[in-house]
Amino acid sequence: MSLAALLVLADGRFPAGGHAHSGGAEAACKAGRIHDAATLAEFCRGRLHTSGLVAAGLAAAAAHGLDPAELDTAADARTPPPALRLAARRLGRQLLRAARATWPAAELDALAAAFPRGAHQPVVLGVTARAAGLGPLDAAHVAAYESVSGPATATVRLLGLDPFEASAVLAGLAPELDAVSGRAASAALLARHEGLEALPASSSPLLDIAAQAHAEWPVRLFAS
Amino acid sequence: MHLDHGDSYPHRHTHSAEPVRADGTRRALRVGLGGPVGSGKTATVAALCRALRAELSMAVVTNDIYTREDAEFLLREAVLPPERIAAVETGACPHTAIRDDISANLEAVEELEENVGPLDLILVESGGDNLTATFSRGLVDAQIFVIDVAGGDDIPRKGGPGVTTADLLIVNKTDLAPHVGSDLDRMARDAAEQRGDLPVAFQSLRGPEGVAPVADWVRARIAAWAVR
Amino acid sequence: MTSAPPVAPEAPAAPAARAAAGLRATARIAAAADGRGGTALPLLAGEGPLALRRTRGEGAEAGVMLVGAMSAPLGGDHLSVEADAGPGARLGLRSAAATLALPGRDGAPARYDVRLTLAEEAAVRWLPEPLVSVQGSDLRVRTRVELAPTARLLLREEQVLGRTGESPGLLRSRLTVLRGGRPLLDQELACGPGAPGGWDGPAGLAGHRALGQLLVVDPQFAEAPPEPAVLGEFAAVTPLAGPAVLVTALAPDALRLRELLDAACSTYGW
Repeated sequence: MSLAALLVLADGRFPAGGHAHSGGAEAACKAGRIHDAATLAEFCRGRLHTSGLVAAGLAAAAAHGLDPAELDTAADARTPPPALRLAARRLGRQLLRAARATWPAAELDALAAAFPRGAHQPVVLGVTARAAGLGPLDAAHVAAYESVSGPATATVRLLGLDPFEASAVLAGLAPELDAVSGRAASAALLARHEGLEALPASSSPLLDIAAQAHAEWPVRLFAS
Repeated sequence: MHLDHGDSYPHRHTHSAEPVRADGTRRALRVGLGGPVGSGKTATVAALCRALRAELSMAVVTNDIYTREDAEFLLREAVLPPERIAAVETGACPHTAIRDDISANLEAVEELEENVGPLDLILVESGGDNLTATFSRGLVDAQIFVIDVAGGDDIPRKGGPGVTTADLLIVNKTDLAPHVGSDLDRMARDAAEQRGDLPVAFQSLRGPEGVAPVADWVRARIAAWAVR
Repeated sequence: MTSAPPVAPEAPAAPAARAAAGLRATARIAAAADGRGGTALPLLAGEGPLALRRTRGEGAEAGVMLVGAMSAPLGGDHLSVEADAGPGARLGLRSAAATLALPGRDGAPARYDVRLTLAEEAAVRWLPEPLVSVQGSDLRVRTRVELAPTARLLLREEQVLGRTGESPGLLRSRLTVLRGGRPLLDQELACGPGAPGGWDGPAGLAGHRALGQLLVVDPQFAEAPPEPAVLGEFAAVTPLAGPAVLVTALAPDALRLRELLDAACSTYGW
């Protein structure tokens, strides 16, 4: 694997649409559940161990070369809110656009042809990792990191939170990010032999409920 | 023909600066409208729609600070049918969505072409931002920067990427100049100094000409696009 | 017209030994269309603390009540309920009282597995009383439902974290629903001391102590899918990527939770 390729893919400035998604932080800020660095850290921790772990597992499995169509169905089953499925597919399509321009590969073209309306973003992320010469653990790391970096950046914009504090929150989560990525990669390895039920399915009822409510707001800053 | 990736990349239309769509048809000309808050971008978009919709197949993408506000203004004004207006969320950073990460806007323009196409012209309106906000060349083929006389007659002198590099600079609300003490001649001189040969349009949507000079400029771009 | 007697005697519960490692018990139910518009229960076998009682069903539905699960599962126990609804069979499964997850002697986790299998045209309602995660307990619940494409399912899950005023135990609950062999819903909840970080935080339960879900799978939703909706701040109606709708709710207590899910049930269920 190339460490530099990993940095390019994980860079928050990689033009794949993530900047317009708050990962549920906009709803949590408005409800007062995130109001400072400590509550942001707890929010990120909860998200990391639920949707972050699920995304990391799917990304690692896709990076192993497991069937993207089956992984996409598994992602649907792990994403009850229609608003989140829609957001995941849009982000998947945006990532695929950036990935095909950045790391041209027949697998990415095949994915675009099979999913004209977009595949779930973590699945695209895993296939992108393959095209970039990265492995399943790398893909899991990127997915896990994205699950917390999005809310952290959004909170800086929404609450005017000190950006240094937000960065410190992310750095403080590093051991858990590593652990979640490792768990996801192990599960993906298991899924190669035992099927996709071996992939994590952790969920947060509140994130699901709030995401569906957020999608119905008439006025919002972030797409999700 | 792209012989280097003929059959191996059948869907390789990832950078949408390419003038041809995936199915081989020519895509619409994309014109971006940027500029500070309140300078009259949305009003100009609405006026352009009214002026051109009879002769061109058009659509609009808005990038609001808050979702859909400008889109809803256009819907209320009924300048285009609702299916021809799309709104993009910008995560509180409208300039990011038109310059640094254009993926959501590219999705929106391509969806419009798929859903209501073929289109001749897509106007991409930026959310009100600062003087440094410009469109990526990967998103639009030409860009208009809209400022107004009420924002201060020193804006052209201050320059910035929007004022200096936009394909067309609109100095809007010229009818207000006497009331806000702005010197139009000075603005014209400063703009010429900053922009060289690039055109400047002094516009009053309430005046007799209205948006006509800008509409003519768009027509010329469409004509040039068709033979590019 | 139903073939079920109003009240049947309690099904014989086979004795189950509580080995050193904990107790293992499986309750087995098979439902079959009786050919006269009703549903017969050719297999109704309780075991140990899992006793089964036939109850009056509604219409063509055969009713089964799970009784006596109160004292289990203790840590180390492994309880299973397996229900199989044959083609066209209609089965309603309830429990008589809440299930309490209790601590074991050696801290070993308890397991509670539910397996429902629905053949073509079968309809099953699985409406147990809440599961209460008692302080110090450690329970893993695994619910797995396999539906034929024309089968209908109404499933309710309620979890209450701790008895009144008490901290919860550790609860891990995975719900997997397959329709025609393809995953329709797959999610896992983990909460209580020892669960991954953030479980009670702003992206977790945010202090709520009762949570539940109502899942309705109905092929008719393919033509007329329910609309997504929000039921107050802490409950949402989310149509799945298939002919199914999931209602998810958080509540301060079991009573309020049941009110929310009952309302959802009368809208989407049967």
